Amino acid sequence: MIALAAIALCTLAAAAVALALRDLIHSALLLIASWVGIAAFYLWAGAEFVAFAQVLIYVGAISMVVLFAVLLTRPPTAPVSPARSGRAVPGFLAGGAVLGLLAGAVLSSPLPAGTDATPAFGVRELGLKLLVPHAGALLATGALLTVALLGAVVLAAGRGKEDAP
Amino acid sequence: MSPLQACLVFSAALFSLGLIAVLVRSNAILVLLGVELMLNAANLNFIAFWRYGPTPAEGHGVVFVVFALAVAAAEAAVGLALVIALHRHQRNVHLGDARRLHG
Repeated sequence: MIALAAIALCTLAAAAVALALRDLIHSALLLIASWVGIAAFYLWAGAEFVAFAQVLIYVGAISMVVLFAVLLTRPPTAPVSPARSGRAVPGFLAGGAVLGLLAGAVLSSPLPAGTDATPAFGVRELGLKLLVPHAGALLATGALLTVALLGAVVLAAGRGKEDAP
Repeated sequence: MSPLQACLVFSAALFSLGLIAVLVRSNAILVLLGVELMLNAANLNFIAFWRYGPTPAEGHGVVFVVFALAVAAAEAAVGLALVIALHRHQRNVHLGDARRLHG
């Protein structure tokens, strides 16, 4: 429980500071710390494969894409957009209301206590699950990834001279 | 508070942070990162229910999270490509300025 509390505190603090900062580079770097915290949670829960997939995908790949996007879309002068907009108060109210509702519902529900033993579900079992009952879904995911990445390249590349800056 | 409830409250807090970022910030990249945080919170729930659920040996939660991670990667790639396309059209990524379709 103490480990879980520490992981949760670090993750939430990193995410909160990241989303409040004005400098996007600092935001992206702090969000990487938050994603590492989520991977630590997966390790704590005993899902090693998911933890390492989280590190590879989020900390390794998505963070790089985010950093490239931040650098490519950086305004030439200092950032002028205000960190606070007119939507701040309703946004915080809505977020706080959602948090209150969810936490209240969770704390008042009779959830199963479960066992303290870490479930024995290693990479071997996961591979058997993925390749035997879920093989079709795995192939569909591969096709989805290919199409999405091709679409992303087409979107980001533009149509040539007419769009060129 | 049982461990499962602690995990769920953690995930709810992360989801609310992402929601606040989506609602309050006006930079397209930060809005996208807020959506990513909300997606991560959903994955946390899957893992928590798998860990403390009745049949952890089946591994449904882990399998679901693996697929959700793949879809999240595709979503991030397409979303950031959209941000770059937005920047090419209006020279910034301020969502309040993206009103070309406004009637």
